[in-house]
Parts: sequence; structure tokens; C-alpha cells
Amino acid sequence: MGILEVKGINKRFGGLQALGDVNLSVAENTVHAIIGPNGAGKSTLLNVLVGKLIPDSGSVMFDGQSVLGRKPHEINQMGISRVFQTPEIFSDLSVFENVMIPCFAKRDGAFRMHAIESTHHEKDIAEQAMAILEDVNMADKRNMIASAMSRGDKRRLEMAMCLVQDPRLLLLDEPTAGMARADTENTIQLLKDIRAKRGITMAIIEHDMNVVFSLAERITVLAQGTPLVEDTPENIKGHPKVREAYLGEAQV
Amino acid sequence: MLGLNSRDFRLFLIVCALCLFAPIILNPFPVASSLGESFNAGYPALMQRFVIFGLLVIGFNILFGLTGYLSFGHAAFLGVGSFAAVWMFKLLSYNVVPAIILSVIVAGLFSVVIGYVALRRSGIYFSILTLAFAQMMYSIAFSDLVGKLFGTIVTNGETGLQVYNDDPQILLGQGDPTVPHLFGLEMNSAYTWKIGGWEFVFQNGYYLSALFMVLGFYLSIRIFRSPFGMMLRAIKSNQTRMSYTGLDTKPYMLAAFVISGMYAGLAGGLLAAMDPLTGAERMFWTASGEIVVMAILGGVGTLVGPVLGAGVIKYLENIVSKINDSILHNWFAFMPDWMDNLLVTIIHPFIGKGWHLTLGLLFMAVVIFLPGGLMQLGEKFTALFRRKKTDDAKTGATNPAE
Amino acid sequence: MDAFILQILNGLDKGSAYALIALGLTLIFGTLGVVNFAHGALFMIGAFCAVTMQRILNLSSTVIDETQKDFLGNPLKVEVPYVESWFGEAAGAAIQDWSVPLSILLVIPVMLLVGWAMERGLIKHFYKRPHADQILVTFGLAIVIGEIIKAFFGANPIQTPMPSAFIGTVDLGAWMGFDPGSVAYPTWRLIYFFFSAIIIAAVFAFLQFTTFGMVVRAGMADRETVGMLGIDIDRRFTLMFGLAAAVAGLAGAMYTPILSPHYNIGMDFLVLSFVVVVVGGMGSLPGAVLAGFLLGILQSFASMNEVKALIPGIDQIIIYLVAIIILLTRPRGLMGRKGVMEE
Repeated sequence: MGILEVKGINKRFGGLQALGDVNLSVAENTVHAIIGPNGAGKSTLLNVLVGKLIPDSGSVMFDGQSVLGRKPHEINQMGISRVFQTPEIFSDLSVFENVMIPCFAKRDGAFRMHAIESTHHEKDIAEQAMAILEDVNMADKRNMIASAMSRGDKRRLEMAMCLVQDPRLLLLDEPTAGMARADTENTIQLLKDIRAKRGITMAIIEHDMNVVFSLAERITVLAQGTPLVEDTPENIKGHPKVREAYLGEAQV
Repeated sequence: MLGLNSRDFRLFLIVCALCLFAPIILNPFPVASSLGESFNAGYPALMQRFVIFGLLVIGFNILFGLTGYLSFGHAAFLGVGSFAAVWMFKLLSYNVVPAIILSVIVAGLFSVVIGYVALRRSGIYFSILTLAFAQMMYSIAFSDLVGKLFGTIVTNGETGLQVYNDDPQILLGQGDPTVPHLFGLEMNSAYTWKIGGWEFVFQNGYYLSALFMVLGFYLSIRIFRSPFGMMLRAIKSNQTRMSYTGLDTKPYMLAAFVISGMYAGLAGGLLAAMDPLTGAERMFWTASGEIVVMAILGGVGTLVGPVLGAGVIKYLENIVSKINDSILHNWFAFMPDWMDNLLVTIIHPFIGKGWHLTLGLLFMAVVIFLPGGLMQLGEKFTALFRRKKTDDAKTGATNPAE
Repeated sequence: MDAFILQILNGLDKGSAYALIALGLTLIFGTLGVVNFAHGALFMIGAFCAVTMQRILNLSSTVIDETQKDFLGNPLKVEVPYVESWFGEAAGAAIQDWSVPLSILLVIPVMLLVGWAMERGLIKHFYKRPHADQILVTFGLAIVIGEIIKAFFGANPIQTPMPSAFIGTVDLGAWMGFDPGSVAYPTWRLIYFFFSAIIIAAVFAFLQFTTFGMVVRAGMADRETVGMLGIDIDRRFTLMFGLAAAVAGLAGAMYTPILSPHYNIGMDFLVLSFVVVVVGGMGSLPGAVLAGFLLGILQSFASMNEVKALIPGIDQIIIYLVAIIILLTRPRGLMGRKGVMEE
């Protein structure tokens, strides 16, 4: 029984079957990658998982509770954090504030009026925020305005914002899309470190095979909205069906 | 001090001191002098407007400055507050305490309802919705539709609402003042200090309003520096990340909207406490627009900007409306006649009744050239000054070494 | 039934004005991405073009008529309008009588010019600024234009008569088979409706059948892509703005016999037109037209005495109420598309 159980998801957009009978089980404490050629339905699946899309049928259970019909902030409060394709951070705020906000969300829930207390008096929050910034080697940049950072740093910051909440599942949407080689390598290293240090369960949606094979412990291949195979990376590499699905794309 | 960091506390003290000594600071010229006639601003009616509108814009800034949601109907809450206060005068007595309390509560209730609907949309939709709500409330007040519906008087339509002798005023005792008062302290009574050609007027009403503005200012500093304030800035920055961080943006926004609506209600109540009559025109869209101008001119999202903007606009309104052609001729008397006449002809459309034209142009100029408002201008100047200083220091330090 | 039809007809002229302004607002918003709070001012400029036309046609020279004497026995001074001295008395009087329709000749070039100046001089610099800034700067401009008009024409409404041929009513009742006189509709309002319908049709035809229109429609659907095609967007934007200005101006000029123009008329119409745009769905041209007529007609129904007896003053707030209800139930408006203005 995995921490995330997807059963029989169907989703149609007009005449297009975006997802057809998708079953998926992400086991606790693994890195599970979902790969597939363009248009395989990876993004649709992710949007279902985070509550942005409601499927026509099927169920998504996280730790025994249904995710469907919940708003993104409710799903986060259940313990699912998400890293976006292009980093979503609070660009106008300082790096330190960026990591403080998720700390508040974790401690106080979806809404709480702290309108009179000073932010600086929140010692616990500040300590947590500082600790995570040290973890991702950004402590020296804490007073920078987030928008002034390099793209790699923004990605790092977004990761830190997710990690500081100690999520039970971290969803990553093509975390290296559009990155230069060096940045990609850095991100892979960062994810490996996180995995080694914190043992967080991750589900990665990814296009880049290099990333997938250096991180994943389980891989699900999606093609035309249906899971083709699910196996370990070693077995996936030589799988004939996978080759078939990727035919015409870059070699696996 | 007072839970503020030293910089904020210094700022707070400066604002307090300015409010306290405003009757002196704003009357730098002898009363009888021509400069005094045109530029003195230290008389109670105007000073009241400075602080009351300052308070209003401080509240507006909590919404617009922190969250970036541009409300184009904030004058509606001001109007609602005024009506509530005048009704308290009519029903209870001229004591301002119940009037001010009710004005805040009523404005708060209105802003909960309007905020709940308008905040279902963001961006331009939100602006238009708030504008529509405000115009609707203006229409209702202007024709006293609620009154007509129940066959009574609520806003008294075009005439405006005021206190009449036959109003119940159930708490009005024998010998109580028949003007707004704070437990006997009449709002419009003042102490005048004459020294030389100067006259300084210290009025109760002004000081009560100033006290509220100072309190409002203090509260806004606390909000700006609080986790709540940080959340509001986060909403302005990135709502997607906000919700994926597990935070519900709706209640945060609604709280900000209601707080700023209550500030406006308080300002409305104070306006009525200074002068116990009110009319629908206080809620018209031009009034809402003026609030936005004040905020922008001062500097949106800064602490003192709103107060500064409100002061500058109200001051300019006052002097620009007072100036007429003969005053201009006086000023330009030293020039050759043709130049004097030319200048007066050019300036004529912008003064006196042309105040709105000046306001519109000022509005455009600020948005185009100075989106950060006067505060940004100030920062630029200090930055320039500082850089010069540090340059000097650097050259001073490096020269001997060479 | 006939009372019902009369109310629908009564809503048409106001609805036409809303629709025309909302159409221009939507065009500007859809192509340029700018929220134009000065659009009501364009409507007003159009209206004052009609006033100006009327004044131009009444310009006259003083002629001394030796054949007549005034009461002091001096030769009578007669004001002879230039148009009469140029075209003869009968033709001149006819031209004066038709000043409002003739003002179209003035409105079109003036509005194109105003639109051009506004877009090149101001709006252009605000394409990349936040919507709040666009709202604020155009709002400031609207105040300035209103005040300038006030400085030239005064604050009071100015009567602008329609051609005498159109004074009176058309008995639509008899025409539709009801009792004669049951549905008597002012002729000029009927003219205004047909005039608006023609303009709306022309705008849609222009967008549908010209390459220019095709680019504009493509731009409304996806601005970035069109920008990438290397089409000279700038000039088209300017022209688009001029077109929207002309539509608003025409709507304003022809409306003058119905509502005497004053310097605040622009803002009165603007607030309602924005509500119309929001109800119709931001960025949807058919939505703007539909919502314009719909709200105009609703307002007309709300001003029926029977309705007003039930809920006094409902006619003044019905539009806002409907807008609020629609936005609560259909947040994107009647015909709004997903993804427009949803940052």
C-alpha cells in the first residue's frame, strides 16, 4: 500500500482522452518517476494530483484520504508540496521571508491572523527558516530580494520552501526543464542530497532521461494517457514497449 | 519601543510630533501677510482634513499597498461611516463616542459583504466590481432608496443628512452641548494663541482626529511588520505559490479589505464628528479616485507615504482653490506687464475652480513619471546624497595611501 | 403585451449606447491589453463634436438690412448664418436643422485624431505597465478631458436638437398589429438604434472580412503569437485605438438629442459600460454587445411604474445588482473565455 494511490483515473477534454484508466502507487520513502513522450498526459496527471483538475472518474488517495475536490492549499496541508516547472517563488520578498512563509503555513494552518505581533519575534520560525537556508547553501543570500537571483538559485529556494514544511510527498514537475547542463547537474545533486538527508518521498514528472535515471527508484511510463509499464530503472531501460513509445523521440 | 523597531519608532515619534505641533508648523507666516493668506494651512478645518484623510489613506494603503488589490470604491465606506455617525447624533446625543464606534462597525459590516463578493475576482475585475458597488451605494444614498422602500428617511437623498431639533436624541440631557462633543469637550472649541502677527489655533476636534490618525498609523506599522502583513505582500507577489504553500488567500484578502474598510468608516465618522452633516456626494466615484491619487502620490506600500499624499493633496486643493487672478497679478507684479498677463492667462485655467484639472494632471504626472510617489523621490534624493558622501569618504580614505 | 414591447424598445437606445462603448472598450482591451478608463471621455468628446458642429453651422455675420427698421428707426441688423448666405436660405436652414447627423463628418476625423494622439502620446507607454497603472493614468486623463470640456462649454447640459423631421414618434403599435398608438416610439431613438446596429455590424464585418481584422482577432486570441509573426503590430494598435475612439465618438454624437451632453456624461456612461463589459465577459465582442442591450432593456423594465411601486429606485441600481448576480454565478461573464484577465 503506497502513500499515494491513484486508481482508475479517466479525464477527457472534449473528444480527447487525456488520461485513460491510470493506476499508480507511490510507495513511501521512494523516488518515483513518471515519464513519457510529449502529450502522454503527464501534466494532466500532475494537475489531478494537486487538485487543479477534477477527473471524470477514479480516485486519488493520499495516506488513506481522498485528494479529489480539495483546493491546492488543503492538499498542501495534507502533506503534499509541489515544485513547479518554472520556479514559483515570492519574487518581491526577501529570500528569508520566502522560507518563513511556508513555516507559518505549516505551524498555523491555512489562515491565522497575526496582525499585531512582529515577524521578528517569531524565534522558532526564524530558526527553522535559517536551518533550511543553510541546508541548501543560501544562508548568505537571505536578505536578497528573490527576483534578483539566478534561475538555479530560484529553483533551490523553491525546493527549500517545500522542504521546510517537511512534506510527506514532494511533487516535482520537470524540475530541470529549460535548464543549462550545469544547472541540471546541480539540481540532480541537490535532489540526491535531499533524498539522502531527509528521506522524503518524491514523485517526479520528467522528460529528461538523464535526470530520471540518476534519481528514480521506480519508474512509470505513460503513453497516450495510460501507464505502459511500471518497473525499476534497470528494467525500464531495455523495455521494448518503452522504446516503442519513445520511437521518433530521442533514444532512451 | 511599543513593539516597534528603532527605525519605525523614530518614524512614529516624528509623525506624533508633527501632529502635535501642526497648528504651529502649518502657520509659518503672519496672519495678515499676503503669504499667510495664501499659504498658511494651520486652521482647524483644514488640519482636520489632513489627519482624517491621512487616516483614510493609511487604511487604503493596507489593502492596495500590501496586496496590490486596487479598490476603486473606498469612498463608499467613508460615506457609510459618516451616515452611521450622524444617525447616532440624531438618535442618542451629540457625544462622538457612540457615533465613532458605530461608524467603524457599520463600515466593517459593509466591507465584509462587499469584500466577500468583490474578492471572488482579482485584478481589473476587482477594481470594476468595487467601483460598481460604490456607485450603487451612491445611487441608493443619493435618492434615499432605502428610506423610500420603508417610507422613512435614511440618507435624506439630495438634501443630505443632518440633526434636527425634533430628533429623538434620547441621551441628550439638560445643558448638554448641542454640537458634537467628547463627554462635554466640544469639538469646535479652540484655544487661540496670539504672538506678534501670528495666530495659532489649537482645536479639540483637530486633536481628537489627530489622535485617531496616530493610533491608526501605529496599528498600520504593526500590521506591516507582522506575519499577517507578510502574507499580504506574499499575495501580491505570487498567489499560486501562496496556495501551494498551504495558505488560503481568501480570508487573508477579506481581512485586509475589512480592516481598510473600517479605517475608512472611522474617517467618515470623524468627518461627521467635526461637522455633523453628510451627503451622498461623499461616496461619489471622484471621491474614491481622490483616495487613490493620495495613496499614489505619497507612495503606495510605504508607511508614511499615505499621510504625506493626503496632506499634499488637501493642501494643494486648499491653496489652488483660493488663488485667483488678482493674487497672481500681485505675485507677478515685478514682471513686465505683458509677461504678467501672459502668465496669469496661462495659469488661470488651473486655479480656483480649475482645481480638478490640476488634480487630473497631477494624477497623470505621478503615474507616468513617479510610480513610487513622493517617497520614491525622497529615496532617490537621499541615495544621491549618500553616494556623494560615501564617494567623498572613499577618496578621502584612499588618497593618503597612494 | 404591447407594454412589454414598448419597454424592450425603450431599452434599445440606452442599450445601443452601452453596447457601442463596451464594444470599443473590449476592442482596446482585447488587442492592446489596456484598460481604458478614459473611454467614456471619448464618448463625451463625440457628443461635444455635435455641439461644436451645431455652433459652427450657426456662425453668422451681421448684415444691415436697409429695407427694415428697428424700433429706434435705425436700419435693422440681421444675423445671417454663413451657411445661409452660402447655400441660400432654404438649404442653409436645412443644413442647420441637420446639424447632429452632419456632425458625423466632424466626429470621424476628430476622433481618429484624438485616438491617434492618445495612443501614441500616452497609452503606448503603458502596455507593459501593470493594469492598476493603466487604470490610474487613463482615469487621470478622463478627469483632465472632462475639465477641459467644462472650461470651454461650461458645466450645464447643452441642448442639441435633432432634425425636425425626426421629432415625434413612430406608431410601431399599429405597424405590429396592436392598437394604434399603443406603442408610440420616439423616432430619433429608433434612428439611434438602427445607426448603432449599422456600426456594430460594420465593426464585426471589418473584423471578419479584412486581413487587418483577421490579425486583430488573432491578436485578441493570443497576443504573443501574433507578435512573434513579425506583423507590424504597432501601427495596427494605433489604428485599432482610433477605430474604437471613433465608435465611441459616433455613439456620443448621435446620443446628444436624447441626453443633453455635459462634462460628466463620460464618466456616467463609463462606469455602466465597464459593468457591461464585465457582464458580457472581458474580451468578448459579442458578449459586450449582448450585455449592452440586455442591461439597457433590463433598466428600462425596472423604470416601469409598476416595478418602481414595488421596489422604489430599482431602476438606478438594477444594472449593478444584475452584474453582481452574474459574477457570482458565472464568474467569467456571459460569454467570457477562460484565461482572460485571470492573473
